[in-house]
Amino acid sequence: MSKRSHDKLLFTGADWTFDKVMRVHDAVAEIAHGELGLDTYPNQIEVITAEQMLDAYSSIGMPLMYKHWSFGKHFAADESLYRRGMRGLAYEIVINSSPCISYIMEENSMAMQTLVIAHAAFGHNHFFKNNALFKQWTDAKGILDYLEFAKTYILHAEERHGARAVERVLDAAHALMGHGVHKYPRKRPFDLAEDKRRQRERADWFQQNYNDLWRTVPRSENAFPEDSEAAERKRALGLPEENILYFLEKSAPLLAPWQREILRIVRNIAQYFYPQKQTKVMNEGCATMVHYTIANRLHDKGLIDDGTLMEILHSHTNVVFQPGFDDPRFSGINPYALGFAMMEDIKRICENPSDEDRAWFPDFAGINDAWGTLRHAWADFRDESFILQFLSPNVMRKLRLFHLHDQAEAEDMVVKAIHDERGYRDVRKTLAKSYDIGALEPDIQVVDVDLTGDRRLILHHRVADGIMLDSLEALRTLRHLANLWGYPVRLVEVDGKYDDVLKVHDDVEPD
Amino acid sequence: MNIIDRRLNPKGKSLANRQRFLRRAREQIRKAVREASSGRSITDIDGGEGVSIPMDGLHEPSFRRAAQGGVRDAVVPGNKEFVPGDTIAKPPQQGGAGGGSDGSPDGGGEDSFHFVLSRDEFLDLFLEDLELPDLEKTNLTKTENVAFSRAGLSVTGSPSNLNLVRTMRNSLSRRIALKRPKPAEMAELQAAIVELEESGDNPEMLSELRLQYQDLLTKSRRVPYIDPVDVRYNRFQAVPKPISQAVMFCLMDVSGSMTEHMKDLAKRFYMLLYLFLTRRYRHVDIVFIRHTHTAKEVDEETFFYSTETGGTVVSTALAEMTRIVKARYSPSDWNIYAAQASDGDNTSSDNPATLNLLYDSILPVCQYFAYIEVGAEYKDWLGRESDLWRAYKSVTADNMAMRKVRSRAQIFPVFRDLFSREGRHVEA
Repeated sequence: MSKRSHDKLLFTGADWTFDKVMRVHDAVAEIAHGELGLDTYPNQIEVITAEQMLDAYSSIGMPLMYKHWSFGKHFAADESLYRRGMRGLAYEIVINSSPCISYIMEENSMAMQTLVIAHAAFGHNHFFKNNALFKQWTDAKGILDYLEFAKTYILHAEERHGARAVERVLDAAHALMGHGVHKYPRKRPFDLAEDKRRQRERADWFQQNYNDLWRTVPRSENAFPEDSEAAERKRALGLPEENILYFLEKSAPLLAPWQREILRIVRNIAQYFYPQKQTKVMNEGCATMVHYTIANRLHDKGLIDDGTLMEILHSHTNVVFQPGFDDPRFSGINPYALGFAMMEDIKRICENPSDEDRAWFPDFAGINDAWGTLRHAWADFRDESFILQFLSPNVMRKLRLFHLHDQAEAEDMVVKAIHDERGYRDVRKTLAKSYDIGALEPDIQVVDVDLTGDRRLILHHRVADGIMLDSLEALRTLRHLANLWGYPVRLVEVDGKYDDVLKVHDDVEPD
Repeated sequence: MNIIDRRLNPKGKSLANRQRFLRRAREQIRKAVREASSGRSITDIDGGEGVSIPMDGLHEPSFRRAAQGGVRDAVVPGNKEFVPGDTIAKPPQQGGAGGGSDGSPDGGGEDSFHFVLSRDEFLDLFLEDLELPDLEKTNLTKTENVAFSRAGLSVTGSPSNLNLVRTMRNSLSRRIALKRPKPAEMAELQAAIVELEESGDNPEMLSELRLQYQDLLTKSRRVPYIDPVDVRYNRFQAVPKPISQAVMFCLMDVSGSMTEHMKDLAKRFYMLLYLFLTRRYRHVDIVFIRHTHTAKEVDEETFFYSTETGGTVVSTALAEMTRIVKARYSPSDWNIYAAQASDGDNTSSDNPATLNLLYDSILPVCQYFAYIEVGAEYKDWLGRESDLWRAYKSVTADNMAMRKVRSRAQIFPVFRDLFSREGRHVEA
């Protein structure tokens, strides 16, 4: 690829060709790997049509997926909205796989393709490969093979057991999908040697720190009143368990092996998407930061012309637009805007800090390694912790963030804190909490099974902040749950702080 | 880096999902289709149809938090004037419909779901709703054109129709059966010979190998790689095809005695006939002829919605139809269908003329002539036959059928009745 020095432009004009895409990819790769130090999976760029983009939407963005009516429903809804012009299509979809697949649409102009390549094929790609959550929970190399397996398995199950029967299991599994993920690394199996070692350590520690005084402290009669039978039962069933699908797969008495396998498939797919839910701000922020920097660098190097840069910046500005709360266009905080603003600010703090920044971020203010700091943030944080660590007063002032407190009984909402000296920490903490997936999703656990009685399954919802479950939704979901369990199911809502029973949902029988 | 062009991949990847969705929502969609079809004009049933169906049974529940109650903290952007401690009035609760989260488990009152059915899906559901008989059996078509369709394989044919896969498969199995030596085997042998020739020791072995090689060579010459026996061609068969155009005549009495109800019944019947014909023929024309004591060709709007006063002379309509057939629709090129709807009134003196026209110029050119006598819902028809009914009853042609329809519910059965194989003859 020899370029004449007076004309280094990678392309001119709006139309894209494979050749141009290839050249842009190579130029972007040079900047991304060489200048920004990104580390990406190999790229695979696939050109698709608008209809295929709709297809991809409906099967939750994956290139292959098992068949289920709900995907057809989403397709019909999306298509209807799209046809009526009520919704545009995404410019790209990117899949956390190795090679990393990015879909680009044939309708995009060459400038848009450049933006998309920088954004998806390098920004998201780097994030997928390096973020700790993705590393821990997803297997980028295996996902496509697994989906292929899942698709075939469910197809065969439909042939063998009937579409209706499979649909029933899938419906139920989908209803519980949100509660089908492991949030923590799995408990290790019981290991005798390890246990003995630990016991010895404990005894040693006890001996070293023995203080006769403790003997004189009166002891309560029965510190753990739980009867041993119940404890043994719970241990045997691995209760309490918050991964409901996992529990059903392992312990539901009436399921056939193929039904358990389907639960497992749905559970694995939910687990695969679990990191994405927790890193929306970071993931989009990372990709936006990368495409913004790369587009400017391409322009600096004379590889794209002014018009192209303007088109890219125009889209970029639309993407990071954050309307205020009183704007009719407001619909929550835009993850692109927040992520990009924070990452821009990290860069600024690294390179050009103020005194305030030095006080707030002593460990990286002025160290002049913006991309190193960003790469570290991208690797080791999720939205909640990222905001808690990196949201600077400057960004809060820029976005004019304030903390709104809403109590159901109170007449008005109260402004608790704003973007000022007294409020920064409060605002930051509250914002971080609103991205904590543990606080966002209801905490529902399988706590017990009435093995001596009618095998009733008992679940507890630990109510946080007095926010109960939507009772109609809960009832419908419980019906699905009961169908999988095979016996009645009871859901009790318990106050998270005081253990009071707030509400007992009627027992739901399987139908 | 790879770039893959997926644009040419087969379309409709989500078709299987869509079919599952339609099956799931079948009941709701059928209902929606039924409602949609009553509000449409005859010809535009052809396009796709946007239908809205209720969400029941299509809802995907999950455990989620209620929209109201409890303590909520949020961080919002765009503060302009607030300082800590300020209060903001809560936005008004969305009254009624919005708060319906505590409904019954099979609750109605949820959002409906809007999407577009394709023409085929719409027609499938519509026709399924009609429970039409097996139309293939109805012998309504004249066959004059032929088309070619695949019909297996043959041993003769033109080279362009050569079926490579089948030919090679035959060749392979023949080669295996006759033990044709494999090229690799021969190459190996030859290599061994060359090696022995070069080294020069073991001349006995060399000559034996040469003999073996000679053997294999002869055998491979005797058993050819491809034999004429192996060759297969795709065979195409001429299949008669119906003439692909049809014309449908809608004849209707619009005199004062025809009420809106009767016209509605007639319209429904025409609609079904149109649908039926469009499924059989690539091109369908519709001619609307309305009559009082005179007949006139009109457009659809006028046909159904404008009233006219006057007497009733049926023969005028038949004469008009004859004239139009002569002028525009030559029976050798067109399949001609006619459906006449009337309340049965006719000037008595006109009956012989009507019958004559029917016998002489209508029935000979028509594929099928259907007469629908529409009546008011409440009227008791038993024991009283109208003038026209009495006259038509005497007709004994095979391609003529007549039925009475009083209510909407009868339309589908009557239509089915008319277009099923049996029951083409007059019965009350």
